[in-house]
Amino acid sequence: MSTNTNNLVKEVRKAPEATIVALSGDVDLHHSPALHAALVDVAGDRPKRLVLDMSGVPYIDSSGVGTFVEVFGRVTAYKGKMVFFGLNDRVRSVFEITKLDKFFVICQNEDQATQA
Amino acid sequence: MSQSVPIELNITSSAKCLPVVRGAVEKMAKVEGFGEMDSHALVLAIDEALANVIEHGYEGKDDQPITIALMSVKSKDGHPGIAVTVRDKGRQVDPGKIKGRPLEEVRPGGLGVHIIKSVMDEVEYSCPPDGGMLLRMVKYLGGAASAAFGNAPEEGQAKGLAQKGE
Repeated sequence: MSTNTNNLVKEVRKAPEATIVALSGDVDLHHSPALHAALVDVAGDRPKRLVLDMSGVPYIDSSGVGTFVEVFGRVTAYKGKMVFFGLNDRVRSVFEITKLDKFFVICQNEDQATQA
Repeated sequence: MSQSVPIELNITSSAKCLPVVRGAVEKMAKVEGFGEMDSHALVLAIDEALANVIEHGYEGKDDQPITIALMSVKSKDGHPGIAVTVRDKGRQVDPGKIKGRPLEEVRPGGLGVHIIKSVMDEVEYSCPPDGGMLLRMVKYLGGAASAAFGNAPEEGQAKGLAQKGE
């Protein structure tokens, strides 16, 4: 399945054990509210595993990090998992400096992410 | 400290302006010899500062003035760097109360000041007498903040960062 729920969500694919959301563009103050709404919508279907493909995300700020933290809370509340893959060095460094790399599951690729 | 002529950007308090500022800052950082991660750190700090002005100083109003000035500088020991000022006319806040929050709390919000203080070598907020806020910050090539950003900090480094942010 492929949908364009906003200009950051490039694709939403549903696999048997996971929903994979591919993002594209800067996750910043301008785009975070729409991204939050889109991810809340996806999390509303309670996928066992919400996998975020970040390979199309060149930049993230604290509003973007906050969006992921809020959605992470929703997913873990229903005992689901939220997993990231495809982080570039810039995005990873923001996760690290906010110490969220200790809380989020970050994988190297989609195969690992769908099985983590 | 030697200084050059500043570059000044005047924007309104709209989040739509942020990518434009990020592009300009990144170009200047590269001209001044900043590498990939130091450029990113500078861009991120300015972006976070502007987001705070938009969200808190102007409480989301998108038509208010913000001036960003950048200039190349040198530290006392000769390290090149970029000094940045962010000037707004929004709500004034006691500079002593502008602090990052503990990272042990996993929740949205409050991370911008932590990021700014972690990636920049100098950060100083002030309340000009004619209103608004003035933020002055500096990043030096090879400065203390450069070592930690872009590399997973070891325990000792993380402690050092936390102390630097206070």
